Amino acid sequence: MKEKLQKIRQEATARIQAAADLAALNEVRVSVLGKKGELTSVLKSMKDVAAEERPKVGQMVNDVRGEIEKMLEEAKGSMEAALREAKLKAEVIDVTLPARKNELGHRHPNTIALEEVERIFIGMGYEVVEGPDVEYDLYNFEKLNIPANHPAKDEQDTFYINKEIVLRTQTSPVQARVMEQGKLPIRMIAPGRVFRSDEVDATHSPSFHQIEGLVVDKNITFADLKGTLEEFARELFGPDTRTKFRPHHFPFTEPSAEVDVSCFKCGGKGCRFCKGSGWIEILGCGMVHPHVLEMCGIDPQVYTGFAFGVGLERIALLKYEIDDMRLLYENDTRFLKQF
Amino acid sequence: MDTSLSWIKAYVPDLEVTAQEYTDAMTLSGTKVEGFQRLDADLDRIVIGQIKKIERHPDADKLVVCQVDVGGDAPIQIVTGAPNVEEGQKVPVVLDGGRVAGGHDGKMTPGGVPIKKGKLRGVESDGMMCSIEELGQTRELFPEAPENGIYIFPQDVTVGESAVHALGLDDVIFEYEITSNRVDCYSVIGIAREAAATFRKKFVPPVVEVKGSGGDVNDYIQVDVKDVDLCPRYCARVVKNIKLAPSPKWMQQRLAVNGIRPINNLVDITNYVMEEYGQPMHAYDLDTIAGHRILVRRAENGEKFVTLDGQERVMDDSVLMICDGEKAVGIAGIMGGENSMITDSVQTLLFEAACFDGTNIRLSSKKIGLRTDASGKFEKGLDPNNAKEAIDRACQLIEELGAGEVVDGMVDVYPGVKEPVRVPFEPEEINALLGTKISREQMLEYFDMLELVYDRKTEEILVPTFRQDVERTADLAEEVARFFGYDNIPVTLPRGEATTGKLPFKLRIEEEARNIAEFCGFSQGMCYSFESPKVFDKLRLDGQDPLRRAVPISNPLGEDFSIMRTISLNGMLTSLATNYNRRNKDVRLYELGNIYLPKELPVTELPEERMQFTLGMYGEGDFFTMKGVVEEFFDRIGMDKRPVYDPRAGRNYLHPGRQANILYEGTNIGYLGELHPTVADAYGIGERVYLAVLDMPSILPFATFDRKYQGVARYPAVNRDISMVVPREILAGQIEAMIAQRGGKYLESYRLFDIYEGSQIKEGYKSLAYSIVFRAKDRTLEEADVSAAMKKILHGLESMGIELRQ
Repeated sequence: MKEKLQKIRQEATARIQAAADLAALNEVRVSVLGKKGELTSVLKSMKDVAAEERPKVGQMVNDVRGEIEKMLEEAKGSMEAALREAKLKAEVIDVTLPARKNELGHRHPNTIALEEVERIFIGMGYEVVEGPDVEYDLYNFEKLNIPANHPAKDEQDTFYINKEIVLRTQTSPVQARVMEQGKLPIRMIAPGRVFRSDEVDATHSPSFHQIEGLVVDKNITFADLKGTLEEFARELFGPDTRTKFRPHHFPFTEPSAEVDVSCFKCGGKGCRFCKGSGWIEILGCGMVHPHVLEMCGIDPQVYTGFAFGVGLERIALLKYEIDDMRLLYENDTRFLKQF
Repeated sequence: MDTSLSWIKAYVPDLEVTAQEYTDAMTLSGTKVEGFQRLDADLDRIVIGQIKKIERHPDADKLVVCQVDVGGDAPIQIVTGAPNVEEGQKVPVVLDGGRVAGGHDGKMTPGGVPIKKGKLRGVESDGMMCSIEELGQTRELFPEAPENGIYIFPQDVTVGESAVHALGLDDVIFEYEITSNRVDCYSVIGIAREAAATFRKKFVPPVVEVKGSGGDVNDYIQVDVKDVDLCPRYCARVVKNIKLAPSPKWMQQRLAVNGIRPINNLVDITNYVMEEYGQPMHAYDLDTIAGHRILVRRAENGEKFVTLDGQERVMDDSVLMICDGEKAVGIAGIMGGENSMITDSVQTLLFEAACFDGTNIRLSSKKIGLRTDASGKFEKGLDPNNAKEAIDRACQLIEELGAGEVVDGMVDVYPGVKEPVRVPFEPEEINALLGTKISREQMLEYFDMLELVYDRKTEEILVPTFRQDVERTADLAEEVARFFGYDNIPVTLPRGEATTGKLPFKLRIEEEARNIAEFCGFSQGMCYSFESPKVFDKLRLDGQDPLRRAVPISNPLGEDFSIMRTISLNGMLTSLATNYNRRNKDVRLYELGNIYLPKELPVTELPEERMQFTLGMYGEGDFFTMKGVVEEFFDRIGMDKRPVYDPRAGRNYLHPGRQANILYEGTNIGYLGELHPTVADAYGIGERVYLAVLDMPSILPFATFDRKYQGVARYPAVNRDISMVVPREILAGQIEAMIAQRGGKYLESYRLFDIYEGSQIKEGYKSLAYSIVFRAKDRTLEEADVSAAMKKILHGLESMGIELRQ
């Protein structure tokens, strides 16, 4: 009996070692360990063994079975590993082949700049509001301290619908509209389209965009205006940006200023981009004129405020180094795809 | 406004600055210098030389060889082709290694032209004698310069000294941007006052004194101002025994470097004072003034008048005229008349320095179509108190230049004298507005420099009338800020009640529109809000289409920009056409922009502005691609009901068989379709174009960012596929509506998975196959549940004339 089992084990070992593939291994398993396999038939012949021998023989059979199973497992394991190895080798790809992309569309540079500005001011607690593109003269001029026949009215090359209605020349009328509602304090920005009768060229367009800003509260100072716009400039153009406030005149602010930022191309040393000055003009601002507050029903003895207006195209052109404003309205995808 | 540095220094004698320092400091104190031009930037080593000897060039007929004394030990030799040289003349000479500004033809070379010694036709030449053009100037401004030849100095100049200095070209011209509130700075004196304050130097304006020559002006002229509202002040003086002559060199040069052409002493004095004081004046030949009487009145409607440029002009009754006893002699503040102009034979002169209403001058000048230097000044609204000073200054110069004898006295019609404005001096208020802690003494010091006078008794600031921009405390605060320095004002952030920063819902939805469009490959375009009314024909709109009712612009840039758009397609199609012409492939664009719908015509109130989300594409993709983008957008903004597509959209600009209105819960929220080929032709687009226009105000009520978790299905779904033969005219939408209506509560979804038309299907029919999914939330469905629902669906479909295929 013992020899028989030895023989089965030896033969199985030899066959396992010789097996070329998983199928051959399986054959060994079936022919040795299967229902009709050699080892099973040994078990079946246990009835011929003396009763006291049976546990011993049984133990031997189980040992042999265990050994063979273990050999089968090992052989299978290494065979599978080899197969996987081969498969991986066969599956090598050229990773430098072109990517398959979902072709995304691109946002207009104006919008990218606008969202940037909105993000900065929303972070400072400003609400974004809108006003109409077609606006009453009353809001576009009168309530902003620009009465009939004021020279500033001529300077702005206004498109008229009729005597009372104009295409707004600035986003400033939104200031008047918001102040009139009387909800204080106010912290708002108002982006939007504005119109001036300028012929189209590299630096002019009859239609462009501005972003108006307005803060009205108790104890608002010119120093607050400076602080706010310095913060804005650093956020928009980088932490090293310096600002310069120059006195200027706007009918609806007093005192008024124009703001230059240090050229973000040369850092202020002077280059072609800033025309050698080291500074780039980006916006106009000032303390809300007390008469404007009065006209909008706010008591200038109690409240003060500041306002500013930024040209969106100006920011976009500067930030993205676009040299011709006409590109912004042609909508050539070769242009748009660069943003 | 331009001034030369030398003229400013005439009134601020202690001013010692470089051009750049001046530019920076003036700009920071509020007088913005746009730029400056050094007149001698390209002039180098140019001295006064005297021609000692002229000999013929041995080898050239047109050249001569000159020995020129340039102040050195020995004369230098210069070969020249200039026709006007003579021995003894004093001329500008550029020495070896120097530079001139350009050629004698007047062409300037940026950076200048270097001059080196060399040989001309074999003869040594050590420098060059210069024409006025080579010095960067023109005969226009230096009328004494010869045409086509070397500039000749008067004999009183010193050989060897700088020729540039002798010509007054060692000067800098500053160009300013003067804001409309600072009328006083449209004058040299006004800017000099600012310069003195900016650099903390003494301001020394001219001392005006007229000696007079006896007589009484009232014996010469009588003035009546009928329309005082348009002419608050009228000053007149008379000068007799006029001696017309060129003005002296100093005045000519001062005018020339400031770009004003010298003409004769009278004209030059008038121009000089206009620059200096910002006050235009007019000179009449008194002998042409009938009745020696001036009447200032409004013109009559249709009144004709010949101005001194010889043009006949037609007035209306808003234009102010200067008249004599019989006739008009000038348009007030704009231009004098031919009938009273100064000629060479003038004996007695009437000087007028008046103040006219700025707005009226501006409107009149526009109406007549005539803008002059004088009207340009008047329209800013001049200070009436400046007129007397200016006319006296002119008379003083007449006397100094010996141009005539000034009759004593001045006629001054000035019924409502303008008094200084008084503003309470409130230093705390000023500091509170600026966020500063400037002392009151410091503030008063600034005011003093600006001639703003402090009245200690009333604690008020008296604002001189030339500063019409200062009316209240905020204005005083600006004066303080300017001279304290905007740079020195501290930097703080607003304190007080915190506010929430936010983007309103409408703008958040627009942001989602951008995100989805871009995710689907569409790039953002921007189009104009105004366009041509021809667009309506181009888009094949019916004659009666309400979209043709557009808001017109009364003063457009041209027909192409003359109405506010009522439909967004033209901008999109124009942009697609631009791309098509430039051979860009597979173009996808979107735009978010308003259309403007009038509430009534003619317009009496603001039009309705409706934001349109417009998508357009050509190249890869079709109608259903576009439909997919639209539905992606709806999904994104929480519109989870199925939109209905109604093919009976009736839009002429779209393909009649490929268009649909989009309905959401019964509301029309937009449309999509393929562009009509005729319209595509009109725009020159040679490919199929697909468009979608979504009306954002209609969409907003359905949009939401709210989301609720619906649970994840825990029980298996039951799937049923049905295949059917359908008459062609039945739309998938109708079939789906039937499935949805009859599917019962377990119907989860349905999906078209096959559509076929062709040889195996009978004529006039198409084959469709749907996969329908049922599921219950709380249990596994049983066969009976599903077959009941399916039975209802199939019955419904059969009732539509649909054959089911097993």
